[in-house]
Formats: sequence, C-alpha cells, structure tokens
Amino acid sequence: MFEQLSDRLQATLSDVRSRGKLSEGDVDAAMREIRLALLEADVNFKVVKSFTATLKERCLGSDVLESLDPGQQVVKIVDEELTGLMGGTGRELAFASSGPTVILMAGLQGSGKTTACAKLARQLRESGKDVALAACDVYRPAAVDQLVTVGKRAGAHVYEQGTEADPVEIAAWALDRAREEGRDVLIVDTAGRLHVDAELMDELAKIRKRTKPHDVLLVVDAMTGQDAVGVAESFAEAAEFDGVVMTKLDGDARGGAALSVKAVTGKPILFASTGEKLEAFERFHPDRMSSRILGMGDVLSLIEKAEQQVDERQAEDLQKKLESDRFTLEDFLQQMRQVRKMGPLSGLIGMLPGMGAMKGLKGAEVDEGELDRVEAIILSMTPMERANPSIVKGSRRKRIANGSGTKVQQVSQLLKQFDQMRKVMRQMVSGKMPDPQQLAQQLGSGGSPRPKMRRR
Amino acid sequence: MATSWQEILDLGERSPAPVAAESEGEGESRGVFRRLRESLSKSRQALVEEISASLFDRIDEETWERLEEALILADVGAPTTAEIVEWLEREVESGAVPADGEAVRERLIEIIAEVASAGRAPIDLSGEPAVLLMVGVNGTGKTTTIGKVAWHLSKEFGLTVVLAAADTYRAAAAEQLAEWAERSGAELVRTEEGGDPGAVAFDAIAAARARGADVVIVDTAGRLHTQGNLMDELAKVRRVIGKQMPDAPHETLISIDATTGQNGLRQAKVFSEAAEVDGVVLTKLDGTAKGGIVLAIANELGIPVKLIGTGESLEDLRPFDPQDFARALLAE
Repeated sequence: MFEQLSDRLQATLSDVRSRGKLSEGDVDAAMREIRLALLEADVNFKVVKSFTATLKERCLGSDVLESLDPGQQVVKIVDEELTGLMGGTGRELAFASSGPTVILMAGLQGSGKTTACAKLARQLRESGKDVALAACDVYRPAAVDQLVTVGKRAGAHVYEQGTEADPVEIAAWALDRAREEGRDVLIVDTAGRLHVDAELMDELAKIRKRTKPHDVLLVVDAMTGQDAVGVAESFAEAAEFDGVVMTKLDGDARGGAALSVKAVTGKPILFASTGEKLEAFERFHPDRMSSRILGMGDVLSLIEKAEQQVDERQAEDLQKKLESDRFTLEDFLQQMRQVRKMGPLSGLIGMLPGMGAMKGLKGAEVDEGELDRVEAIILSMTPMERANPSIVKGSRRKRIANGSGTKVQQVSQLLKQFDQMRKVMRQMVSGKMPDPQQLAQQLGSGGSPRPKMRRR
Repeated sequence: MATSWQEILDLGERSPAPVAAESEGEGESRGVFRRLRESLSKSRQALVEEISASLFDRIDEETWERLEEALILADVGAPTTAEIVEWLEREVESGAVPADGEAVRERLIEIIAEVASAGRAPIDLSGEPAVLLMVGVNGTGKTTTIGKVAWHLSKEFGLTVVLAAADTYRAAAAEQLAEWAERSGAELVRTEEGGDPGAVAFDAIAAARARGADVVIVDTAGRLHTQGNLMDELAKVRRVIGKQMPDAPHETLISIDATTGQNGLRQAKVFSEAAEVDGVVLTKLDGTAKGGIVLAIANELGIPVKLIGTGESLEDLRPFDPQDFARALLAE
C-alpha cells in the first residue's frame, strides 16, 4: 500500500520535475491520493479533512519545490505529520506512591477488554508487581468465568462476586481487598457498553468515582471505522480516560481509528495488543502506527526484532556469501534458525512492506511444522552435501529421506526450493527487489522458508 | 414494510408453527408478541430515521460532496461511495430523476437499497436437520447472535434447536453459550476447553438426527482472518460437518460488527474463501455506527446481509430490510 501510495504520488507528480515546481494543482492532486489512502485506512473523514489542510500548507512550502523526488518527499511529510499527530513519545502508566495503583478498563462490547486486562496484568507481573483483577462485567454471560480463567493464566488474583452483585459495589469491594492484601495493582474489568447507553455510561462514571483510578484506559478495536470518533468522545466525557489500548493489531486492519481517537481526544495510545497469546502486548509506537496507516509495513518493529536476534557479524558474513554466491544449505539452516528465533514467521511477513497484501495469499502462509521438517532434512546431510547441494542425487536423497523421516520427494522439493531461493536472493542482493507476488510464486507454496526477511 | 422473519427463513417442508401467527397480537402468546413489537418499534424508530433533510437542500456540486461525505462517514468506503454518487449524479444530470430534493432523496434510498440487495436470499433452514454455521472475528457477537437466533426459532417457530459449542478456544465460551441454550430452551453439545471443534459439530448433528431436532447451530471460535492456521481449522470444521451430513452446513453466516471499518470487506472475503459464507449478520447496530461496510460487502462480494442485531435483549435481532437500512444509513 505504501508502494501504492508512493507510486500513485509519483505518477501524479511525475511531470513536476520537467516543470520545475509544484503548482497548487499538483498539491491538490497529491492531497486527493493521500485523502483516499487515509479513508481506506478508516481515519475519520473530518480528521482527514483537517489533516490534509495542514499538509497542503506544508507541501506548498519550498522544501518540496526543491526536492528531487516530489512523490517521495510528500510521503515523508505525510509520515512525519502523522507520527507527530499520533502523539510523539507517548506516556507511561501512572503508579500510586503508596497503596494499590488502580487501572480502570473501559470500552465497547467485543473490543477485547477482558483479554487486554489479562495481558496488562501479565506484563505488570513480569515487572514484579503483585496484580489483582476485579470482575465487574456482570452482564455478559460467563464474562466472570472468562476473567477468572485468563487472570489465573496471567498469574493475577481475581476478585469476583459472581453476577448478582452491583458492579460499582464489586469495584469498591475489590479495592478494599486489594488494599488489605497489599496488592501493587488493581485492574478493574468492566462490561462492554455502547457509548449511547446512558445508564451504563453512568455506571462507569460511578465506578470511576468510587475507585479513583490512577489510569483509565479505553480499549479500542483496531478495525473500528468512522464511528471511533463518536465512541472516543463519549467515553472521554463519561470516564475521562487517560490513555488508549489498541487491540487486534495482529490483523490486517490499517488502524486509522488510532489517529482519529488521538486527534479528537488528545489522549495518547499506550499499548498495542497484537495476538492471541497473553504475551502479545506491547508499548505503542506512534511512528510505527503511522507507517501502518500509510501501509508502509512495520519496518521498524522488524528491524528491532532482528537486531535483538541476529548477530551483526553473521549478518555481514551472510551478505558477503550472498554476493559471491557461496550461500550453502548450512548457511540456510543457520539463517532459518535465526529468523525463527524472532517468532512465528507469519507474524514477521506482515511487518514487511508490500507483504501486507500478500498475507491473504495461500502461498504466503508459513507452516511451522514444515520448517521443522526442513531442519530435519538438512541435519541429515553431510557437511559436504550441505556445502554442495548439487551433489545430492538419487541414493543420497534416499539416505537423507530415511535419516530425517521424510520422503524422497520432500528432499527433492527442498533442494529445488533452495535453488530457486538462491536465485531470488541474488536478485535482491543485486538491488533488484522482486515483485512480492512473483516472489511468492518463485518461492512456491507450503512453507518455503524466508530467511531473506531480515533484509530490505 | 419491513422484512419479516417468515420472508428471511426458508423452512422447507416444515409448516410454520402456530406460534408464528402474524395476526395483530391476538391469542395467548400476546404478552410475548407485545414485547416483541415494542422492542421492534423502539429499534425501528432508531433505524427508520430519515436521511438528513439538509443533504438535498439544493442540488449543485456541493450536494454530491456532502453525499460523499455522509456515505464515507457511514463506513461505506471510497469505491462503493463513488459508485453510488456517480450513479445518482448521472441520473439527475440526464433528467431521469428531477433535480428536486425530495425526488433525489427517494431515488438515493432506492439505489442504496438496490446495492444492499445484491445476492439476497433467505436463510436456508430446509435441511433435516438444517445446519447453520456461525463464523467471524473475535468480539463481533457470534455467540450472542446464536442465542437470539435459537430463541426466535424455538419460541416463534416452535422448532427444536441444538447448539454446538465449537468455540473450544476462548475461556468460558461454552458457558456463555450454555446460558443462551437455557434461555432459548435449546439443547447444548459441548466438550472440554481446548477440545476438537470439528468433533463437537459432528456430535451435535448426530444428536440432532437421533432426536429429530430441526436445526443445529454451530458456534465457532472468533478468529482474525489473517490467522492462516485458524482459518484452515475453520475449513476443516466445515469439512467434518459435511462428512456427517453431505450438503451441510446449509447456511454459513458471518457476524460483522457495525463499528467495523474498511477491514470488514477483508473479513468477509477471507472468511468466504475458507467457509463459503452465505450471508452477514450485522451486529451492534444500536450504537451510532451505521454499518455501511456491509454495502461494500454486498456490492463488491455479492454477500448479502440477512440479519441485524440492534440490542442486548433476546428480541433485538431482526431480518435485514434494505429499504430501512438505506434510510437509516444517512440519518443524522
């Protein structure tokens, strides 16, 4: 999508260089493209309008006129403005100086509050805090059971009184208990509610009054559309929330709601919930969200993950090997292990620019079991075979298949894929990034490993 | 005239049960029906608000911009918005529709209703038993919808319903469904947390056959459409159902949250690829979100909305009506 926006902008502004400067018409045309891209990402229409107005002024400035590549330049400005708008450096949770820190969680039904409560509890537990959860959703059937289960998994105490008690009273009681038992943090889970439901919004305000939370967090689904603005405004009024948790960011929604919420309430987004597992919860990075809204792929997250895991010198070695075409199956095995340390591959693919659209393609799915098989096959080869895959013919293939508990066809397939992959890598090293779709075809389906991912 | 439950359900050979008599509230089940009607009129009131009058005060260049803005704000999305606006503009310019506020407004409603009607068909419950599979992203209201559908089928149509708790992933999902089963008088088939969802569906159909039940509704775990392994699992559940009963599931519905933006289109597309979705249940329409993404889903994928959820109580699930939807879409 970034490629698309960037390409479209370049097409729109292609004749600018021959004319030497951006006319107001050029900028208007560029703004139309940006507007469409933002709407496609579910940024609220009104937010888009004021945003493009600001942007237009900046683009009409001289820095664009003198730039060599107006399309790229405009994208850069958009990215900067978006990042700025989304909250610069963000904010930490506020902790009580004494007694339990109270965190109140609120949001619409189905936005992922209960899961977010458990994830936050787990994260705070990791940093050594003694955490309790208060089960105040007495409306949704089995919501209390759910919190008890996930709370236990997160290593938190769960305070519940079933579904008959009044949520305001449960919250107050839970706070007393947290005090008595000397907990560090009390996270209050509340029922999902519609922002137009006056009675329930009033209840939320009451819970807030009784528990005097240090942080009120609004949980917002990344897939939310235009209505994010109305929702955020209503919750800001009733619950005076301090920050936002964006959920379901592991999907392919572009998450324009993040921008909308920040723009209309001014409240920062603190956390991003990015998966089914309790550990999939991280600090929110405005710059990365900007890239995502623009469809640029989460390059920064990927780089960070890679940096944690990949030895710099190994990486340099690899680069040299690729350039000199001495990349062997042994290197491939090591690469694959490095990449797998970063986490599930399907998650990583989504972070790559231009790969977002590919995720829906069947060929881009990564089967972790298949990767285990690949490892087994390579491990059943002799060092010489790993260094010279071309010598692996009939009888060697049979021996390797036996040794790795696979079939001869699977060994042959791996060798074939490895060969194709080397070709693709040569292209990449020579600076020619192949088209993602073509890449998917070349690499074949069914879990061909992608060690190239850490390169860009 | 709103679409009725009779119109949206294809019950096949089954004769409509006496409780479904549509006579104006006469008879013994009066209490139930009065409540139902009241609830409907409440949500109808919310839904049947008219397209904002100011939209067509004058018909000029700005009219089309305002209309475009209104459709975008309803989450219809840029491509379908552009199509609708162009369509209407063309008709007004050619003189096919008089450039008069009232006429243009009425024509707009017709156009939106027409787009929303793409692929329209009743919910196929003709099988014996009929198997209905419910799919969708986490938190979109699958379990709640199932509870309400079960309630309607059993209380209004006198059908016997079996619920299959094939969401074995989310903590306490089966407990949630059990509560709905009790409220609607349906039977529940379940397994332990982490159990095999396909087996639950398989057993539920077997149970329904053994007891001569009319409908089996299979609840599945919410999943993001980007989780390939979970989508494969869904396809597998579907295959297992087909093994127990060759042409089942007869109807597969996806729940889409009305607050969802453009990602709803991806959801419908990818779920459809894995599970051959026949229709959409548009949930949580009782908020301020308009659910316009279903217009894009109908327009671009040909998957129609069949039911809408308008609130928390059992009665707050209704057949989708394209005309009502068109009117409500651009209400202030």
